[in-house]
Amino acid sequence: MILATLNDTSYLVLSAMVFCIGAFGVLIRRNPLVMLMCVELMLNAVNLTFVTFGRMLNDISGQVIVFFVLVVAAAEVVVGLGIIVAIARRRPGATADDVSLLRG
Amino acid sequence: MVSLVWLIPALPLLGFVILLLLGPRLGEPASGWLATAMVGAAFVVSLIAFIGLHSRAAHTYTHTYFTWISVGRFQVDFGVLFDPLSSAMILFITGVGALIHLYSIGYMHGDSRYPRFFLYMNLFVFSMLVLVLGDNLLLTFLGWEGVGVCSYFLISFWFEKPANATAGKKAFITNRVGDWGFMVGIFITWFTYGSITYTHFLPVSQSAATTAATFISVMLLIGAVGKSAQIPLYIWLPDAMAGPTPVSALIHAATMVTAGVYLMVRINPVLHAASPWVTTMIAWLGVGTALLAATIAIAQTDIKKVLAYSTISQLGYMFLAVGSGGYWAAIFHMITHAFFKALLFLGAGSVIHGMHDEQDMRRMGALRKLMPITAGTFIVAWLAISGVPPFSGFWSKDEILTYALHKSPALYVVGLFTALLTAFYMSRLVYRIFFGDARWTDPIPGEDPAEERPEVHPHESPWTMTVPLVILAFFAAVAGFINLPFSGSTKWLEDWLSPVTGRYGAELTYSNATIIVLLTISTIVALGGIGLAYLVYLRKRIPAEPFEPELFAKGWYYDIAISDFMGGPGRKMADGLAWFDRTVIDGAVNGIGSAFRGSGNVVRRVQNGYVRTYALGMTIGAVALLVYIFTRVQY
Repeated sequence: MILATLNDTSYLVLSAMVFCIGAFGVLIRRNPLVMLMCVELMLNAVNLTFVTFGRMLNDISGQVIVFFVLVVAAAEVVVGLGIIVAIARRRPGATADDVSLLRG
Repeated sequence: MVSLVWLIPALPLLGFVILLLLGPRLGEPASGWLATAMVGAAFVVSLIAFIGLHSRAAHTYTHTYFTWISVGRFQVDFGVLFDPLSSAMILFITGVGALIHLYSIGYMHGDSRYPRFFLYMNLFVFSMLVLVLGDNLLLTFLGWEGVGVCSYFLISFWFEKPANATAGKKAFITNRVGDWGFMVGIFITWFTYGSITYTHFLPVSQSAATTAATFISVMLLIGAVGKSAQIPLYIWLPDAMAGPTPVSALIHAATMVTAGVYLMVRINPVLHAASPWVTTMIAWLGVGTALLAATIAIAQTDIKKVLAYSTISQLGYMFLAVGSGGYWAAIFHMITHAFFKALLFLGAGSVIHGMHDEQDMRRMGALRKLMPITAGTFIVAWLAISGVPPFSGFWSKDEILTYALHKSPALYVVGLFTALLTAFYMSRLVYRIFFGDARWTDPIPGEDPAEERPEVHPHESPWTMTVPLVILAFFAAVAGFINLPFSGSTKWLEDWLSPVTGRYGAELTYSNATIIVLLTISTIVALGGIGLAYLVYLRKRIPAEPFEPELFAKGWYYDIAISDFMGGPGRKMADGLAWFDRTVIDGAVNGIGSAFRGSGNVVRRVQNGYVRTYALGMTIGAVALLVYIFTRVQY
């Protein structure tokens, strides 16, 4: 029954919620690892939106773009994790706010 | 044969480069001979090219070697304009220049910077040839500045004496005042005609508005006045006597000072397009300079100073010719003047050499027997500059006076009176050097009479110095025959120059009888001046003092007034300008800089280095965009 009431709008609402969780996580958490995970949440929320719209409009391009996003997300994770590992090695337990050497 | 013309400036340049690299190794006298050979070879090439020019249409050869500057529509080529005017000029520049080089070999003997002297001399000749042969105003300006800087080097060649260094600076700075006018003239020419190449803008010069042509003429005249030592910028030339005497001969006779006259003759179509008052002003400027310098020359005691003021006076005659429309007559006088004035300077150098560096005519006299060649050649030059027939100066000066009469009788009268003064002061010079009693060790006023002076043994100069004197004396005597005034078929120089000067020059319509009357008047005036000087300085029938007032000896106090002005109010004005520059102009520039620094200091706080702040900024931006889209965009 529940599945039957799920329509396309529900997916969009879900993705909006996930996106907001991710965005707030980036803004309020100070652990760089958690911030990175929140960024992943935002990306996947966007992926969900793409897929939903692709289905709604009966257009395959929405799903194709998801692959691009996934590739970019993978690359982003590599760079981001690399930076986090580098920071963790030099200054164990550092938060994102401790890394502010580039301030003007 | 004409295509060899590039060799003419290239040879002295080659000499300069060789002397620059190998000068000290060549030493004396090899470096002198090398420099002389280069200028002599340039003379030979000039002769060949001159002969080749006869077969060209309109006796003109132009060639562009490469593009020098190309910016937008502004293009300046490195090209040569070899026409009757420039060919006539390079002949006497290289010819007289070679003789002066030869003379310098003897004169500079034993100087510690012997190779460097010839290095500068070759560079000087090169610059002068570029000035004359260049086919556009900018190339002429290049040579113009080249001769300026070389004259600075050469005037202050013996820079150990502070006076010499000061004289060099004075010449350079005074010339810069005139160069300002030249530069503005080039700019206006470009704006008016869209070209600064002679062969492009001179044929269309009459199409310009009268105001524009007047502006160009006046600006270029300011440049010419500086280089050719006319009122009010003549003050550098007498001081330029601080240099070695061959330099005085090269700068004041054959080359640099004639550059201004050359420029005026070259742009004569523009002068024609300008308001008539420009040429009238040039004529009065010239005759005024001629008269003023002649009065000063009367009372000078330094023999080189007399010659310097006489040069200014003769250049005034050339400007008188330009202003009266006698463009070819100006060139005619320039050529004869190159011969007799170079001869006078070299003769004076020979006298100074023989008198052991004595330049005061009050300690000379009776040198005729001891220095026969110098005396004989000097007397030829004296007769030439005084205007005694049939020597060269007589013919050229008379042509100028005829043009002056055609322009205005007042100009003629002043010019004639100046001719009288010229004959008078030149005779005074000759009588006091070569005739009368020997006063070699006499005290001069203001000196301690009891002081024991070293004994002087005047002697004749070596052959490298006397040979140029003899050659120059020959030309000073006969150069006038290149143009005899009586009939059309004997006016060779006027015919030769007519492609350049004939179209806009004044037409003289005097009959042969009138010409003979004018020639007679000139002769009487010249002989009158000589006779008066004979009575005053040789027979001593008339006291000399009234002829040499303090006012003349001090040069009408003009030089002193300039120095006092520049030292007093001028200095204050310059200080004021410097203050304005430091506070207002520098202040504006620095103010803009510090304004940007200050605002940067404020704005940089935004970059606080916290990643989450940046993320917040992005979020706010994204939300703001969304709000904008939802509220403003119509679906």
